Amino acid sequence: MSFMNASSLPSSPHTHHMRDTRNVMQWVIMATIPGFIALSYFFGWGTFINLIIASVTALLSEAFVLKLRHRPIKHYLNDYSALVTAVLLGLALPPYAPWWLVVVGTVTSIILAKQLYGGLGLNPFNPAMIGYVVLLISFPVEMTRWINPVSLSADGQLPSLIESLSAVFYNSAAVDAYTGATPLDLFKNQSGLMVEQIVQQNTLFSQALFAGVGWEWINIAFLAGGLVLLQKKIFTWHAPVSMLVALFLMAALFYDGGSSTSGGSPLLHLLSGGTMLGAFFIITDPVSSAVSNKGRIIYGAGIGILIYIIRVWGNYPDAVAFAVLLMNFAAPFIDYYTVPRTYGHKKAERVDKRKD
Amino acid sequence: MSTLIASDQRVSQAIGDFHGGIYPPENKDQSMRLPIGELPVPPVLVFPLNQHMGAPAMPIVAVGDTVLRGQKIAEAVGGFSAAIHASSSGTVTAIEDRTLPHASGMSGTCIEITTDGQHSAAAFTQCDDYRQHSAQALIQKIREAGITGLGGAGFPTAIKLQPQAQFAIDTLILNGTECEPYITADHSLMRYHAEEVIEGALLLSYILGEPKNIILGVEDNKPDAIAALRSVLEQRDDTDRVRIITFPTKYPSGGEKQLIQLITGKEVPSGTIPANLGIVMQNVATAVVAHRAITKGEPLTSRITTFVGNALNTQRNMYTLLGTPINFALEHLGFAEEDFSLDDGKENGNKLIMGGPMMGFALKSAEVPVVKSTNCVIAPSKQELPPQPDAQECIRCGMCAEVCPASLLPQQLYWYAKAEDHERAQSHNLFDCIECGACSFVCPSNIPLVQYYRASKGAIKQIEQEKVKSGHARQRFEFRKERMEKAEADKAAKREARKQAAAKAKKMQAEKKAALANNPTTEVIKATSDQTTETATAVDPVAAAMARVKAQQNDPVAQQAKLERAVNGAKDRVAKLTEKLHAEPSKKQTGKLEEHKDRTAAQLKQAELRLQDAEKALAEHAVKNPAAPSLSLGSSSVSNSSSTSSLPKETAEKSTLNDKNPKTETKSDAAGSAIERAKANAAAMATMSPKEKLQKSIASLEQRLAKAQTRLVDAEKENNENVDAFRTGAEKLEQKLAAAQEALQKELTQL
Repeated sequence: MSFMNASSLPSSPHTHHMRDTRNVMQWVIMATIPGFIALSYFFGWGTFINLIIASVTALLSEAFVLKLRHRPIKHYLNDYSALVTAVLLGLALPPYAPWWLVVVGTVTSIILAKQLYGGLGLNPFNPAMIGYVVLLISFPVEMTRWINPVSLSADGQLPSLIESLSAVFYNSAAVDAYTGATPLDLFKNQSGLMVEQIVQQNTLFSQALFAGVGWEWINIAFLAGGLVLLQKKIFTWHAPVSMLVALFLMAALFYDGGSSTSGGSPLLHLLSGGTMLGAFFIITDPVSSAVSNKGRIIYGAGIGILIYIIRVWGNYPDAVAFAVLLMNFAAPFIDYYTVPRTYGHKKAERVDKRKD
Repeated sequence: MSTLIASDQRVSQAIGDFHGGIYPPENKDQSMRLPIGELPVPPVLVFPLNQHMGAPAMPIVAVGDTVLRGQKIAEAVGGFSAAIHASSSGTVTAIEDRTLPHASGMSGTCIEITTDGQHSAAAFTQCDDYRQHSAQALIQKIREAGITGLGGAGFPTAIKLQPQAQFAIDTLILNGTECEPYITADHSLMRYHAEEVIEGALLLSYILGEPKNIILGVEDNKPDAIAALRSVLEQRDDTDRVRIITFPTKYPSGGEKQLIQLITGKEVPSGTIPANLGIVMQNVATAVVAHRAITKGEPLTSRITTFVGNALNTQRNMYTLLGTPINFALEHLGFAEEDFSLDDGKENGNKLIMGGPMMGFALKSAEVPVVKSTNCVIAPSKQELPPQPDAQECIRCGMCAEVCPASLLPQQLYWYAKAEDHERAQSHNLFDCIECGACSFVCPSNIPLVQYYRASKGAIKQIEQEKVKSGHARQRFEFRKERMEKAEADKAAKREARKQAAAKAKKMQAEKKAALANNPTTEVIKATSDQTTETATAVDPVAAAMARVKAQQNDPVAQQAKLERAVNGAKDRVAKLTEKLHAEPSKKQTGKLEEHKDRTAAQLKQAELRLQDAEKALAEHAVKNPAAPSLSLGSSSVSNSSSTSSLPKETAEKSTLNDKNPKTETKSDAAGSAIERAKANAAAMATMSPKEKLQKSIASLEQRLAKAQTRLVDAEKENNENVDAFRTGAEKLEQKLAAAQEALQKELTQL
């Protein structure tokens, strides 16, 4: 912009908070460590391999597009935003997914969902969730093949590193022996039973403390990481809290005393699948969410409700990605109706009320 | 800190809070370690004429004048302007453009005074009890003292103390918040001059008609200042209405609107002033200088300024004379770094900031002076306030909206500013932005948001000014168009009227002719009626010419100039002809010589006459003016005579000619001779036989027709506006001529 160069004198303010975008992204990545550890503890090397493939693919894709767009590659890679997308996708994908699945997902995220819209800050949808949904729809088998958490595996073992690598790169049946359903899968497929019966019949639930074996701790670990970010004021509480409360209320409302038509206990919903990862790492992506605090409450609540609806009455066992994308669509609409009231004004003015 | 301040009747916690706000490092200790120092009188003082809102002051001293401390050197121009006084004694050595202490780094007129070191003061009128004077008199005194808000914006104090009558003021707030990092000027003032702050508060309260509440708003990071103020309040018995209200340290709690929200819980409606809520707010330092101006008669010539930053050896508050060049002050305090250099603040040099780090501006030159609103000068080391890294993309994190004290959506405003979508920026209340810089401070993408907003505001203001301007232009254009159309319509109406008159005259003529055919003895009547008809046709060019002449005459100056030109022209001609006449014999053209000489002599004679006439006219004009347009009487006599004269046309011709070649015969002379000739004609006609009369009339008509035709041709060539009139005139003449010839034919056959 020409007028920015009008004066060579530095403009006020002359002092700045020492936190930049790069710093924010670093915090986000670091806050996923508890969740990553939990995932690795329960499912072995798979997540780690996912992360490595996703990160390398993401950085390469980002650099490639930046080069095509004649942008300074280093300046943009340094903001770590591609890495965050890769990490989130890597954590969301099932461990031991074939390498090409991770690559396709990451390339979709970075190139299709982010760079084609103009890069960081301009993407209307959460890139990681776009990648995830593209894979889920295109490769449903690979995307739903999870293994049993370590405490439930037949021999108390997890695939070794060699087995893991061969599973990922040669698509061998090396990990077939370890596969098992996730709690949400299991619950969904036994919908004819009372909640109590389901819990009794499945060690995945009966051996668990709150919800499902392994998954409950993974969710608690992501919650812990999220709380750190909240404490660091990386994002505000509005969207995550609103989403969790909405999900909790929906689950409580339709628990139905644990009958055969029950949608599952609130705790099951809060501590299963991608709930906490979504609440603190996905829906808090500022780019694709609503802008104002009030807007973020509505946005979060919408996601919470949609997650429940799709999980219980939809065709997919988990629904964080769909719910997030649907609310991404709604974000500009929410923004339109949630402009904060400016100081000294009687009421908030609608954004696009044009004078003419 | 807040727990250290006991709450009681004197001191209480604020009831309100404002949205957002930030907690930048305070950096206030370094300048508060030492008490207030005093800067010596610098060798040169510089006073920018525009240190306030409103029009620049007007200098009332000249280069070379000697001035005393406190002497007024520039007068306020208009209500929002403020007077400027010399801050020490000396000589005015320059009144010229200098770089101003302004964010834009622009230049403006400054008065430079070379001090004499005597620091001798002008006589000040003291006042022991201001309550003896009316509020109006005190406001006038404050105005005379050149006092403007010392907090930053430089709003003339006198104006704020005279809120409009519809506002009932019930609260006076003294702003002692000083929320910007680094600045401690007000802090030290409250700590070391608490008594004067309270006195100032009471004075302003008296001027405002003793409002119910007098509140000192102080952030809780100044417990020593609060304690000092409290002890003054406790010692006095006239301060029952005065309360100190404290609130947690948060930037920008010192913003006028934010402080009002903190203290009263109310918001100043957008686009209005605090007086709307019954509140007047003044800075504590402003109250102190107002009090000094009233009681000691001292105008505003010095203030407390914080000199701070790691590049200085000594960081402290200083009593500083207004006009002191910054580099003089900084040298006095000593630079801590050898390599201190000042350039644009971006590359190698240190930057100098006037004001605080949040809202202050980088100085273009260290030679700019301390002005009324200079509360702080920061000379940071290179590491202290590093330049902002390059901006990255906005990630819509919303931190800016979190901290915005005006509850705006800064990132949306940024999009609109960047896209130059001014309409949406305005509908997002861009103009409610107070430019506090909180959004830029927290922005993780290092986007210079405030800079965008300033640019956008500037662009919008400019567009609006242009709109106003073009509106004026359009108005002017429309007025002009309307005027032209009206003139055109008038002309058309006149033309129509003339046509009708002509038609009527023609009809009359036909009737007369019929009558004449019956009774040839009425020849005279016919001739007279002929003349009357002529008049009708001749009147229009006459009127047009006269209108022009009149228009010229209406302007006596132009008329005088014209007459003078005529005199000069005639003189020239006389001189030339005289020369020619004397030169003639040298030409040995024997045959034609005599004839030539005669002609030249005749020409000379004529020219001399003309010169005489011209001089006479000029003299007459000089006598008549500046009374009514000198010759209007003459021209009206022409118009009168034209209705009776048989030869008004000549007059018209003459006045037409006058346009191109200013002849000096006055119209009254021409009209007079025309009347004479007309009378002579009429007398001659009375004695002629009908045949002779007709013949003469035909001859005259032929002559006139020829003239009218040449005039018409000329007019057509020049595209003259009267061409239509000329044409109808010529046609009329043709008709008349035909009629006359017919009559003559009849006469002849009858004979």
